[in-house]
Formats: sequence, structure tokens, C-alpha cells
Amino acid sequence: MEIIVNGKRERLEESMSILQYLSAKGLSPERVVVEYNYAVVKKEDLGNIILKENDQLEVLRFVGGG
Amino acid sequence: MSFYQRYADYKDFDFLGFFEDITDHDVLQVLGKEKRNEKDFLILLSPQAGKYLEAMAQKAHRLTVQHFGKVILLYTPLYLADYCVNRCAYCSFNVVNSFPRKRLSMEELEREAQAIARTELKHILILTGESRHHTPVEYIRDCVRILKKYFSSIAIEIYPLKREEYRQLVDEGVDGLTIYQEVYNEKVYDEVHISGPKKNYRYRLDAPERGCQAGMRSVNIGTLLGLDDWRREAFFMGLHAAYLQNQYLDVEIGVSLPRIRPHIGSFQPKSPVGDRDLVQIMLAVRLFLPRVGIAISTREQADLRDHLLPLGVTRMSAGVSTAVGGHTDKAAGSSQFDISDHRSVEEMKVMLKKKGYQPIFKDWDRI
Amino acid sequence: MKDTFTIGGIALKSRLFVGTGKFSSHQIMTEAIEASNAQVVTVALRRIDLDSAEENVLNFIPKNCILLPNTSGARTAEEAVRIARIARAAGCGNWIKIEVISDHKYLLPDNYETIKATEILAKEGFVVLPYMNPDLMVAKRLQEAGAAAVMPLGAPIGTNRGLKTKEMIRILIDEINLPIIVDAGIGKPSEAAEAMEMGAAAVLVNTAIATAGDPVAMARAFDLAVQAGRMAHISGPGATRLYAEASSPLTGFLE
Repeated sequence: MEIIVNGKRERLEESMSILQYLSAKGLSPERVVVEYNYAVVKKEDLGNIILKENDQLEVLRFVGGG
Repeated sequence: MSFYQRYADYKDFDFLGFFEDITDHDVLQVLGKEKRNEKDFLILLSPQAGKYLEAMAQKAHRLTVQHFGKVILLYTPLYLADYCVNRCAYCSFNVVNSFPRKRLSMEELEREAQAIARTELKHILILTGESRHHTPVEYIRDCVRILKKYFSSIAIEIYPLKREEYRQLVDEGVDGLTIYQEVYNEKVYDEVHISGPKKNYRYRLDAPERGCQAGMRSVNIGTLLGLDDWRREAFFMGLHAAYLQNQYLDVEIGVSLPRIRPHIGSFQPKSPVGDRDLVQIMLAVRLFLPRVGIAISTREQADLRDHLLPLGVTRMSAGVSTAVGGHTDKAAGSSQFDISDHRSVEEMKVMLKKKGYQPIFKDWDRI
Repeated sequence: MKDTFTIGGIALKSRLFVGTGKFSSHQIMTEAIEASNAQVVTVALRRIDLDSAEENVLNFIPKNCILLPNTSGARTAEEAVRIARIARAAGCGNWIKIEVISDHKYLLPDNYETIKATEILAKEGFVVLPYMNPDLMVAKRLQEAGAAAVMPLGAPIGTNRGLKTKEMIRILIDEINLPIIVDAGIGKPSEAAEAMEMGAAAVLVNTAIATAGDPVAMARAFDLAVQAGRMAHISGPGATRLYAEASSPLTGFLE
């Protein structure tokens, strides 16, 4: 299936939770903020949400800024 | 929120104690500032500051010219009626003073208006005593309808109205409201307003604010100097002007500094204000509020008015009569107060030009 | 009487806010923040680069600092609101600096979108610090909308040109009954001191520290300057000499 991550289409071979997706990318949930279909996901829920076709993910982090 | 809260903050303030502690250094420091707060204002009203009038005057003059230019707006009061239900110790129109009361008919009003319009004046201030029976809001509205034909700016100085009533008059064409608290000291206010609706201190205190809310373009306040300690009264008046300026940024706020003058009924002012004191008040107000309008009425002598001109004045009345019908009928009714400056509009024009000021007749128009 | 400074119910000890952008390294950023004694530190929110491993800036900010995320990147109120909600949900606290900029030439803020965002976020319980182009009427609307402070720019972001909008800032300090925090454009410690002498409640400095030759020393300099300026403001300036003008006396008639 295909999902949209940070504005780009991405193909997933098998169904997985957001948490599993992050792990596959080498990202720890502590470092990022995830917005799933325009709603922010609490860290506890990352493992519970299973990605489906055309879901939109924004994976964000804090950076230096003024 | 009402100005009363600000008044209450200071009504038990130890003014005497404060003045005792003021030093020359304090006065000089205040003079050197670019922006002055209420504490600075009080310092400028202190006895100590009385030694620095010339320095204050130089600064006040520069500030006035900078913010207003070398122009003076000319206007005249037009008394519509002198019926009054109030009994105020200091006023000729006092209900117990016996004299034939008068109210202008629409024809008489039109004649008065024509007489005044012939002198070139375009700004008019209409006055009545307080009588909702003889001069209800409807009567005033009818007068405004006539006056609109002759004058481009109409201000009212009448009894305090409800906000909706001010709004009605604004819609009819009134753009200015003048209402003096007379005296800010609540206790003295109660004493000199012996009977009648004017006894209601809060209602009158909040009237300028209702005017601002109703859409008046300019609102003028004042205190009748002499009724109570002038330093305190000038202070409260200044605070009131500052409050209105801050709450209603879109309204032009002005103050007047009327001193009690002789009238029928012989009321003696409790705290007489000398010429030096009047000057100090004007200078302190100008330095505290650079953008506030200042008027000096014809209660004052011609000479003094001329000398006060460069100290902060922005508007002056001319060709004045304080009697109902006084512009057309020289033997008209009783005057509210005796005038000291009887100069005509033409004479005022000549004086102003000689002193390097441009007389302005029209500063506003209704569209 | 103590000189206190409170925002969102928190008493702040430092009137220097520091931005975390533009530093050459996170290490230097940490040292600079420590040297500045700043208590409030701004951060931004960005998409993670999924193809590379990046450090988390939050790890480099001293633990006792208050995080002030900004909504940089937002071009509309709607986008700013979205970023603010994300930042809060990320556990960043409920402070938010609203920065709505759709002008990429000068990076000047959109005052109107900022007002809209402030209204929405203040209602949702955020402690809102809006970044704006100093304008008295806009500041009044921000105050009515529930802002906790107002942050007028001194000069466009990154220009280091000092208080170009000085007169407008002065008016805000005089008329708006909220902390006025000068943000953007401060290039030198003397300019920070100047803002504080005028009566600003605090200043936010980023570029001038991050891009200095020695950011750590510059951060220290800013800390001292902000303290000096504040101390000068509360001790009251001395009487300046009156004009010595030879004009005719105006009160001679009273003699």
C-alpha cells in the first residue's frame, strides 16, 4: 500500500503500526512528533495505530529557531 | 470600568504630605522628561513647582506649537434656555434665583444663529440649564436641525444624558460634548449641589465617557476652579482627561479651566485661584497631556486671555453673551456669569494675528 | 520593591530570551545559552529528514530552560494554529511564539494573520507571545485577543540593524499594558540595553549571538547589557538640561 509521509508518497510492503514504521526508519519516538491525518498522536498510541492506504503522516522534530 | 475607580484610588491620598516632600530637584527632573506620568503631573501642580513657571511655560509653549501649530479655533456659546431644576450654590441659573426664565423658539433661534453666522464663526456650543420639561432632548434635536444650516460643528453643554440620547444627538449632527464635573471632591460636590438631579455625582462623572461611546468626536471636561482646593481639583481633572484619552483613542479630549466669577446669589469660592495659580494649572496640564485641547473662557479679562494664549490655549470663545438670546437682543435675559472679555469676533481676529496666530473658523464639517 | 517579570504565571529571572537557530553546532549553542543565563529559549518545528540521522536539539537545551516553540513556516493563521497544537501535544509546554510570515524577502510578519491566530490559541489556553510589526492598533487587538505579551520587531529578522522601529516600540511600551519583548533586529548588546532602558520588559536575540565570532562571549555580553539596561530604566534617568533659549519671558506678566 501507499502512504504519504512528509509530503512524499511511500510504498509499504506490509501492514504495520506507526511505531513499527518509525523503528524501520531508525527513529525513536522520543525524538519525534507525529501528526497522523492532521491529528497529533500521543506517544502511547503510536503502537496502536495501523497504517492504511493513503494515510498522511507528518514526522516532525524540534530544531533550532529564533 | 469607570473613571470613578481612578478617582477612588486617590480620593484619600495625602496631598499635603506629598507636596511637603517635593524638592527643587524633583521639579527639574520632571521638567526634563519627555513623557510625564500622573505623579509628575502632581509634582508640577505642587507649591514647589510654582517657582518654575517660566521654565514650564517655555516648554509648554513649544509643545503646544509643535502639536497644534500657531492656530486658535474660534467659537461662541449660544444659550438656548435658562430653565433649570437644580439648586447649585455657585450658579446664576439656580432654581431658587428668581428671574424671568426664557427658552428660544425656533424663530428666535434662527435669528440668533444668523447673527452669529454673520460674524464668520462656524463652530458653535449650545447650552441649556437642566430641565427635561422645558428643554428635553427632542427640543435640543430640533435646535440642532436648524443650527446645522449655519454651522459646520455643533457641540452641546447641557445636562447629562443617557448614552442612547447622546447617540440620537450625534446622529442628528452634534459632534462635540462639553460637560464639567464642576468639582471632583465628592463631599464638596454634595454640598454645593443642594438639590435636583445634578446631585447625582456618578451619573455626571460618567457622562463624558457615555459621550465617547456614543460617537462624539470631541469631548471636553473641566472643573470649576475655586470650589475646592485647586491643586487637587486640577489633578483629578487631568487624570480624568488622561483616562478618557487612553480609553477612547479616537476622541479628541479637551479641558477648560473656568474660574468662579461673580453672579447673582453671591457664592464665595472656598479656594480662590489667583492668576499665578491658573497659569500653573494650564502649564502642568499641557506638560502632562501634550495633545489635550485647552480653552479659556471669557470669564477671564481680555488682557489675561491674551497673555495665556502662548501658554497652551488651543480654542477661544469670541463675541460672547451668556444670556439666552444675547446675540440678537442686547437687553436679553440674565447671564449665567459675568463676562470680562467682551471682544467681538473681529477684535479677536485682529488680536490673534498681531500675536502671530492664525484664527481658525472651521475645523470640521459634517458629510 | 522587587523587580519581577511574569509571563503565563511564571516569574522569570532573566529578561534575555535566546533563539537557537543559526548556530554552527549544537555544542556551541549549549554553551552560549548557559553563558547568557537565559531562561526562555525558542525552538522551531520542522519535518524530519527521514533519510539521515539528526540530533535532537532539545537534548542540547539546558533542562531548566522554558521552551518557547515558534510557528515559523506558517504563512497563515491556520498553519500557525496547527503548529502550535503539534508543539503542545509534543509535550513542549503551552507557550507559543506566533510567527506568521509570508514575505520571504524581508521576513516581515503578517499582523492580521497573527491577530487571528492569537485569538484562537489564547482561547485554547496557550500562553501566546505574538511576533509583530509594531503598530499600536494591532497591539491593542492582540491584547484584547488574550496575548500574554507583545513582541514587536526592532528591525527585520537577521538584519542586526538595531531599533529601527524605536518610536513605534516606545508607543507600545507607553500604551499597552502587557510585557513588550523586542524581538528581531537587535545586533549589538548596546541595542539590547537601549530597548531595556526604554522600558521593554525583555528582548529576544538570536542572530547576533549565533553568528558572532565568539558566540559564548557575545551571549555573556548580551546578558550583562540586558541587566544594565533594565537597572537603568528602573532607577530613572537624571534631569536633562533645559533648553537655554533666549526667547522672551512668557510669565513676566504675573510679576
